[in-house]
Amino acid sequence: MNLFLENIRLALFSLKANKMRALLTMLGIIIGISSVIAIMTVGNSLSSYMTSELSSMGTNNVYVSISRREAEKETSEDGNVFAEEESTVSITEYDLMTREMIENYAETYSDKIRAIGISRNLGSGQIEKGTTNIGVDVLGITLGYCATDNVELSAGRFFNKRETDGAKKVCIVSNKVVDKMFGGDNEAAIGSIVQTAIGTDYYDFTIVGIYDYEAGAGALASYMSMGSTTNMYIPYSTACEISHADYVVYFTVLTNAGVDPDEFANTTKQFFAPYYRNNRNWTIDSYSMASYVEMMSSMMGTLTTAISVIAGIALLVGGIGVMNIMLVSITERTREIGTRKALGAPNSSIRLQFIVEAVVICLIGGIIGIIIGVGGGSLAANLLLKSPATPSIGSIIGSLLFSMAIGIFFGYYPANKAAKMDPIEALRYE
Amino acid sequence: MEERKRIIDLQDIIKKFYIGTPNELTVLHGIDLEVFEGEFVSVVGASGSGKSTLMNIIGSLDRPTSGKYVLDGVDMVKAKDSELSGIRNQKIGFVFQTYNLIAKTNALKNVEMPMLYAGVHGKKRTERAKELLELVGMGDRMKHLPEELSGGQKQRVAIARAMANDPAIILADEPTGALDSSTGRLVMDIFHKLHEEQGKTIVLITHSPELAEETERVITLKDGLVTSIRSGMGGRLG
Repeated sequence: MNLFLENIRLALFSLKANKMRALLTMLGIIIGISSVIAIMTVGNSLSSYMTSELSSMGTNNVYVSISRREAEKETSEDGNVFAEEESTVSITEYDLMTREMIENYAETYSDKIRAIGISRNLGSGQIEKGTTNIGVDVLGITLGYCATDNVELSAGRFFNKRETDGAKKVCIVSNKVVDKMFGGDNEAAIGSIVQTAIGTDYYDFTIVGIYDYEAGAGALASYMSMGSTTNMYIPYSTACEISHADYVVYFTVLTNAGVDPDEFANTTKQFFAPYYRNNRNWTIDSYSMASYVEMMSSMMGTLTTAISVIAGIALLVGGIGVMNIMLVSITERTREIGTRKALGAPNSSIRLQFIVEAVVICLIGGIIGIIIGVGGGSLAANLLLKSPATPSIGSIIGSLLFSMAIGIFFGYYPANKAAKMDPIEALRYE
Repeated sequence: MEERKRIIDLQDIIKKFYIGTPNELTVLHGIDLEVFEGEFVSVVGASGSGKSTLMNIIGSLDRPTSGKYVLDGVDMVKAKDSELSGIRNQKIGFVFQTYNLIAKTNALKNVEMPMLYAGVHGKKRTERAKELLELVGMGDRMKHLPEELSGGQKQRVAIARAMANDPAIILADEPTGALDSSTGRLVMDIFHKLHEEQGKTIVLITHSPELAEETERVITLKDGLVTSIRSGMGGRLG
C-alpha cells in the first residue's frame, strides 16, 4: 500500500515535470472520452426529451393511415423499372377512407375507443384585420381531435353541434393570434369576425374559442412549424366544404385506459383489411405511439453506438500515444530503474510503478475529457433542445473504467520492458 | 582474525562473457577473496582489470560463470533470480560514483526508498531516514531535491541511503571519483566514521592508491586475478 501511494506520487511528479508532454499525451484520451460523453449527454437529453415530447402527444394514441401496399416480390430482371412504376401510382379518392368506414369502426370498438380525432389540413392561411395580419395553418378538426392531440381551450368554447352540422364559419385560434390581433384581450376576441385568406379565397370566421399555444402543442411541434405559425382550428365539416372533399387519409384514435395500444393497432388493421381486399396498391396501416417512441429510441441507440465506435478509435489512438510516451519515459529514466533495482526493487514493483504512471495519465485525461464532454454536451443540449442536459452516470463511470483499462493495457508493455531491464546495463546508461 | 565472521567468501570465481558464439572473453580468471565482519577493505586496479565485474558479482547484480560465493551466510550461486532483489535490499548498500539519487524526490524520500521496498512502515521509516541523514551531516537539508544539492551533499545522502536497511556490507564504487579532493576527503571521513563507530563492513572500489592506503586491507586486481593482498595504513593504525 505504501509502495502504491508512492507510485502515484511519483507518477504525478513526473507529469508535473513534463506538463506539455503530459498534456499532448492526454489529448487523444481527452478527445476520445469527451466526445463519447458529449454524444451520450446529447443523446440522452434528446431521447428523454423526445420521449416526454412524444408522450405528451399521447402514449395511448393509435395512428391509422392509408399506406402503400408492399410491392410484390415477383419482379425479376427489370426490377428497377418495375419499382419505379410502382412508386408513381397516385392515390385516388376511391382509395381513401370514407366517413362511413370510420363511423362503423368507432361503433364496433366503442368500448375500447375514447375518442377519434380527424383533421383536414387546408394549408397555410392568413388572418387579416385592418393593416395587421398573422399567418396560421388552417386545420379542420372533429371534437375527438381535442382529446387525441391535447388541444385545451383557455377561453371560449368548442364548436357546437349546430355549427358542426351546418358547416358554419367558426374558428378557434391560439393566444398568439389574440396577442397580435386583439392586444391579448380574450373577451374582445371571442365573437369577433376575422377575415381569413385560404388559398385564393377570403372567408369570414367568427372566433368562438382560444387555446393556449404553449400548453396545447408541444415545443417539438413549434420547431416543426418554425415557431411563428400556429394552428387555426375550424370544424371538420367546414374544411370539407371549403376543399370540396370528404375523404380521410389518416386519423388518430385515443384508446381507453387499459387497452394495449399495440394490440389495438393490429385489431384496427384487421378491421379495415376487408375494405381494401380488392385494392392492389393501397391498404390501411396502423401503429401506436408507443411503438413509435420505441422505434425512435432504438434509432437514437444505434446512432449513439455508431459515434461511440468512432470515439473508441480516438481512444485507441490515444492509448498508443500513451504507450509511446511511456517508452520514451522509461528510456529517459533507465538509470533510475537501474538504481531502484540495485536498491532492491523487485521486478514486480518496477512494473507496477510504470503501469500506475500510465493509468494516472489516462485517468487524468479521462477526468478532463469527462468535464469537457459533460460541459460541451450540456451546452449543446441547452442550445439545441432548450431542455436541461442529463449526463448519464453510467457512461461517466464507464469512461473512467475504460480510461483505466487503456492505461493498464497500453502501459503494460513499456512497464514490463522496464521491469526486465538488466540492472548493470541500466546503471551504466548515459 | 580467524575468529571473526566471514561476510564475503568468494572462491575460484570465474566470469566469462560471450560476445557471439565463438568469441569468449574471460574477465575474471578465478578470484579467491574473503572479507570479514567489520573490515574496511579496498579493491584497486587499472581499468580493464575486472574491478567492475567483481563489484557487480559481489553486489549480486551479476552471477559468476563458475565458483562459490557466500554473502553473510547466503549461498548466492544457489539463490533464485527472484530472491536476488530481496538480498540486495537487505544485505547490500550501494554507493555509486554518480550518486544515482532519484530525481525530483527529496533527500529524505531517497533515503526511505530501500525501506519502502523492504516494507518498513511509514513513521518508523521516516524516523530511521532522519537519523541516517543526521549521521552523515545532512540533517538540515532533508527536504532538498537532488538538483539542489552539491556533489558532496548528494554523495552523503547516497551513503545514508546505503545504510537504510542496515546491510551486511556497504559496496562503494569510486565514491569520490566525481568529487574534488576536499569534498572527497569529507566523504572518506564518513566511511571511516561508519566503520569505526558502527562497525560497518565496507568494500571500497577505487583506482586511487592514496585512498586505498587508508583502508585496512588493499586488494589489487590485475587482468582478472588478485595479484596482492596487503594491509593498508588503516589496518596498521586500527
